[in-house]
Amino acid sequence: MEFALITFLNGLGYGFLLFLLSSGLTLIYSMMGVPNFAHASFYMLGAYVAYAIAGVLGFWPALLIAPLLVGAAGALVEHYGLRIVHRYGHVPELLFTFGLSYLVVELVQLVWGRSPVPYRIPPELDGTLFTLYSTSFPIYRGFMLLVAALMLLALWLLLRHTRIGLLIQAALTHPQMAEALGHNVPHVFMLVFGGGCALAALAGVIGGNAFVTEPGMAAAVGSIIFVVVVVGGLGSLAGAFITSLLIGLMQTFAVALDVSLASLGVQVPSGSALAPLVRLTLAQVAPVLPYLLLVVMLVVRPKGLMGKREG
Amino acid sequence: MKRIVLPWLGLALLLLAAPLVFPQSAALSLLSQMGTMVLLCLSYNMLLGEGGMLSFGHAVYSGLGAFGAIHLMNRMSEGALAFPVTLVPLAGGLTGALCGVVLGYPTTRRAGTTFAMITLGLVELVSACVLMLPEVFGGEGGISGNRVIGAPVLGISYGPQIQVYYLIAGWLLVCAMAICALRHTPLGRILNAVRDNPERAAFIGYDPQRVRYLALILSAFFAGVSGGLSAINFEIVSAEYVGALRSGAILLFTFIGGTAYFYGPIVGGVVGVLFSSWLSAYTQAWQFYLGAFFILIVMTTPGGLASLIDRGWRTWRDGAFDRHLVWRLASWLLAALVTLAGVVLATEMAYQASLGSLAEGSDGAAPLQWWGGSIDVHAPLPWITAAMLIAAGATALALWRRQGAGR
Repeated sequence: MEFALITFLNGLGYGFLLFLLSSGLTLIYSMMGVPNFAHASFYMLGAYVAYAIAGVLGFWPALLIAPLLVGAAGALVEHYGLRIVHRYGHVPELLFTFGLSYLVVELVQLVWGRSPVPYRIPPELDGTLFTLYSTSFPIYRGFMLLVAALMLLALWLLLRHTRIGLLIQAALTHPQMAEALGHNVPHVFMLVFGGGCALAALAGVIGGNAFVTEPGMAAAVGSIIFVVVVVGGLGSLAGAFITSLLIGLMQTFAVALDVSLASLGVQVPSGSALAPLVRLTLAQVAPVLPYLLLVVMLVVRPKGLMGKREG
Repeated sequence: MKRIVLPWLGLALLLLAAPLVFPQSAALSLLSQMGTMVLLCLSYNMLLGEGGMLSFGHAVYSGLGAFGAIHLMNRMSEGALAFPVTLVPLAGGLTGALCGVVLGYPTTRRAGTTFAMITLGLVELVSACVLMLPEVFGGEGGISGNRVIGAPVLGISYGPQIQVYYLIAGWLLVCAMAICALRHTPLGRILNAVRDNPERAAFIGYDPQRVRYLALILSAFFAGVSGGLSAINFEIVSAEYVGALRSGAILLFTFIGGTAYFYGPIVGGVVGVLFSSWLSAYTQAWQFYLGAFFILIVMTTPGGLASLIDRGWRTWRDGAFDRHLVWRLASWLLAALVTLAGVVLATEMAYQASLGSLAEGSDGAAPLQWWGGSIDVHAPLPWITAAMLIAAGATALALWRRQGAGR
């Protein structure tokens, strides 16, 4: 019971972080029609910029400034890069973001070096929030959950109950019609791209010190958020939310469980070709599970969980 | 007839003469790597260029083919099997094709972005599985082998690098001809139709899924041959052979070369190996240059380097290569070179200032060593020079462009 509850809370935290990342990506995905490969790079940039700002001004200003800065950088990328490539078609757009993710990793290494930077949790958030049976739950985990939940709420309110949200939704699904009604659709796209990057950067700010801030962090999370967006369904925030939680919980539980087929009583002669397969523990298989989910989902239901159209 | 035979004769002569022009051992290993990479890019272009299938997991097929080849070589040197080394790449190809049969079925059921996403998941799946099963794939260290097996046949033992180079060149020539011939078969034509309009291809009675599936199996075969060749060349196969990074590199190189032309991947493979193996020996910033070059290509010439070659060739053939054009080209080249010099100077100094000081643990004042001379990366003068070079070059390029638009 204790194990299940703590693992559940940890999984929930990871899932919320994934949703912060994938919510921006799924909006951008449905806008461009192609996934943005550099999205995780903005997550990494967020963590590094926050580290740089936190060293001068402290953590709380960084929490606000870093996402804004990275969001502005994202908007610039859309305006001066993607928009130019857009007229060549989908594949060059996708490849542009692919090349950008290469460049961002190099730039980060250039500025901050190749090894992890000491981006630490602020002292006022360092401690135990509550103790369940005998396992303690850190304050910072609770803080991450809170920030992610607040952002989720704000995003939902913005998209559902404001005029700009209405316009974004219209521009995503019917760009020509929105343009014909006199709205500046390229401007909306730039805003959505910048906003999505800012959300990713926010995830970086609060995730960078909970995990590790290093040049490999973009690659580590990059393909997982694709899984979330594709499995959840193109442009569906609700689908992305469900899938984020699903993958967060699935991975946390799988990593924590040390079960293999052999321990469950499946017996195979040690010399046979199947022997290594039986010895594999669930924890070892855990990194593969999201991709397995992705491949199965795309083959069975390419629209994704809640998607309305095929990518 | 002459138009078909001449280019192939040219390629064969080029492959034959290359080691005579560059006989150094470093150049020879570079040429061998180029051969395998060119074949890999050619096989990849069967998917991307001919079939419109953007795959992020092409290294899976070449990597698994390489594993098949190295296992075969190890069985051969144990004496369990008698098999000529010359034909080991064929075994790699068959392994690749077999993987194409198994993995291609679920992936090719979809096209477009969905296909790209499935391959992305697949490459992560396969590379994680490869690390999970160290008994078969050797884990982090990989599996090593030995290419010299048994007595030399006709004096060929594949010990010296030059013999390996000619083995690679021979396989490259044969496979390139086969890939080119496949484009003109009914399957190749229908594959183009499926790329351009799958619905109409389905209406005239061809199942797009089946066509994509067949194309993927054939492409996986040639990728496997390339994997087998690199297994012979390096005598070691590790998990990174099937990884996402290598898949990304194949995609980058092929696109840089140009996907719409048959010779595009050849150009791309050569340029790519020059970047990743030759340039990396001189500068730590090679990945930055490669990424920047790639973005430049995507933004300015989406047709790749081959489209530039094609345009130049057409101008030459039409006799439009007059004095004005030469002047325009020369002025562009001058402006571009000035910009490039500035960018390279700034990049190298930035890398030296950031990474050089970290590596040596000194006080961060390690100067940049360049062709015997040394540049102090913390002095303002070199930075001002770089900024001025970039500014002058960029201004010249903008002027050049405006002049061209005005005509």
